[in-house]
Amino acid sequence: MNIWLNFLIDSLAFGVTFMYGSTGEIITEKAGHLNLGIPGIMCMGGAGGCLVLNMIGASGLPGFLIVILGILGAVLMAMLCGAIYTFMTVTLRANQNVTGLALTTFGVGLMKVIMSKLDYAVYLVGPKALYRWPFAGQTNALQYLGILFFLGIAIAIVASIVLFRTKKGLHLRAVGENPGTADAAGVNVTQYKYAATIIGSGIAGLGGFYYIIDYMASQEAYLSLEAFGWLSIALVIFALWRPHMTILGSLVFGFLFSCSSFIANIEGINVTMAAKPLMKMLPYAVTILVLIISSVRNKRENQPPMSLGLPYFREER
Amino acid sequence: MSEIKKNTVREPLFHLAKRSSIHPAAAWGIRLAAVVIGFILCGAAAFAMIEKLQQNPGKIVDFYESFIKGINTSNKSFLENRKLWAFFKETAILLCISLAVTPAFKMRFWNTGAEGQTLMGVLGAIGVAFYLKDSVPGWALLLLMLVGALVCGAVWAVIPALFKAKWNTNETLFTLMMNYVATFLVSYFLVIWVPSGSSSLGKLDIQKLPVIPVSKTSSINDSFLITLIVLILTGLLFVYLKYSKQGYEISVVGESVRTAQYSGINVKKVIIRTMLVSGLLCGVAGYLIGAGLDQSVTTESVGGQGFTAIMVSWLAKFNPLVMILTSALITVLGAGAEQITKTFNVRGALPDVFVGIILFCIIGSEFFINYQIIFRKKAVDGEKEAVK
Repeated sequence: MNIWLNFLIDSLAFGVTFMYGSTGEIITEKAGHLNLGIPGIMCMGGAGGCLVLNMIGASGLPGFLIVILGILGAVLMAMLCGAIYTFMTVTLRANQNVTGLALTTFGVGLMKVIMSKLDYAVYLVGPKALYRWPFAGQTNALQYLGILFFLGIAIAIVASIVLFRTKKGLHLRAVGENPGTADAAGVNVTQYKYAATIIGSGIAGLGGFYYIIDYMASQEAYLSLEAFGWLSIALVIFALWRPHMTILGSLVFGFLFSCSSFIANIEGINVTMAAKPLMKMLPYAVTILVLIISSVRNKRENQPPMSLGLPYFREER
Repeated sequence: MSEIKKNTVREPLFHLAKRSSIHPAAAWGIRLAAVVIGFILCGAAAFAMIEKLQQNPGKIVDFYESFIKGINTSNKSFLENRKLWAFFKETAILLCISLAVTPAFKMRFWNTGAEGQTLMGVLGAIGVAFYLKDSVPGWALLLLMLVGALVCGAVWAVIPALFKAKWNTNETLFTLMMNYVATFLVSYFLVIWVPSGSSSLGKLDIQKLPVIPVSKTSSINDSFLITLIVLILTGLLFVYLKYSKQGYEISVVGESVRTAQYSGINVKKVIIRTMLVSGLLCGVAGYLIGAGLDQSVTTESVGGQGFTAIMVSWLAKFNPLVMILTSALITVLGAGAEQITKTFNVRGALPDVFVGIILFCIIGSEFFINYQIIFRKKAVDGEKEAVK
């Protein structure tokens, strides 16, 4: 395969990790909750999926069942973490930033504890090929285009349709923009906040699972996962709070993040060692630029949800 | 709020009401109870994760003892107790970063970039030292390093503030992204400064901070100075926020931007000035880490304390004096969990799990301080009285 095409596919496949994360975070932010626990939730999602695979990986169950149960494990574990966050911020009305950061500390730590106890040979070596269907065994970047890759793209598109083309999506966006008005219009704000945050967390959790089981597929993968959780939050801004835009965004981010090591391997292009960190800085720098430009242009549809990060208590209106 | 809907059918089991005020002692009682519950939950979590504990449940005593052992070498006097002073030093650094985020938080400017601002402080100090260490005398170098740290920290904090003031750019996301730009800036300079490619700078051969000789052990002397500096800063910030006009302006902007505008406060100026204070304090923290402790810089120099500081500051309700307590609590947890990994010979990131559990408990407890739960029985009594 053409080396450039291979690299492009590799970038997109890498980007799926934060495509999941940012799609989940967008849904959460549309409900007005800035969930800084996303890195922890992605880690716990990965751990949950691997925990299930560790139990059933060597059991001889049919392949499709193993795949589905692994995905369920990841989603449920991530949803559980999301539920903790939602309970604290919606029901107990705690500060979102502080709760999110505590959840990240907790989730990343617990994930490392869990993963260090699992058997790499059971949860990874066998199931890896199942998840990489139909391209398992390929030696180029096509091998990453497995079930979770397509699922990620599908979820991003479906999320956009639900958010911008359905009544439920309209209600959800209203909750994130102005919960007081939404409440007055008869939308159950608490219910929407709970649903959006927990579903969003479940989706984000798949990102961690994909990274460990498919894209990296190595024993040490989980140690580098947290950084991509933070990158997911950056991608939300880059995508201007539109889930389908995360597909493009994750390609760009994946490209920027891995091009430093890729370009160094091409003959004729000389990259100094010093350029590498600067290239890795690019996704974040570009995100800041997008944030600045969108706030300067001040177009309403490109802004963060109005009540993002603000608590809503009915009694205090 | 389905409870209210049900209200027309029957009295709900309980309903919530905001407390108008709570006795400070009761509030602290609730917080203390939360910490105790947190420690019990930590024990339960440890039981689930540590095999040695499952085999021998009596070891749970060792488990809780570790939190004391983590910060205290037994049989040592106060000025010889290395672990205790290491604990003071760690608390001081965390406290210093927590102080830095506080003015901005009081203004409801959610500065999540303390990590990057402090790291830039370290980078500024070490950068100055790297280029000037052979050309200026030791004491002048230390001063120049302080200037470098302050400038870098301040610049990193003021950039998002400028955009917030001018275009209302979301500060939480902006400052969060600046953290990573700072991290990769550090790795960029490490590549330039360390030609071998190992990207590890090592300790620079520069003069250390002057020490006040209180002990025979030099590491305790270092800790003493840092602790003292941060305690003085804590007092200064407390006075600044509570008794100065600028501190008052910060509170007004935090409570209501509109009120501030109507009363003639220049909100833009307050935002930029307050973030400058935040950035300078981060610079000091960076200087203490860079010049006072490490004499070097890595991408992990701050090690996530910028994020922990946000929680420390919030837990203390943005009161600098209370932050001494909350930062000490977090440090005790970390040191204790570190000790546990040694006592029980376990790998992994147990400290983070324990810190997370206790934080959840304290964050949750705030709800019971701000709200009261009124059960059905009381409400029925009230109705009866109304009937009479």
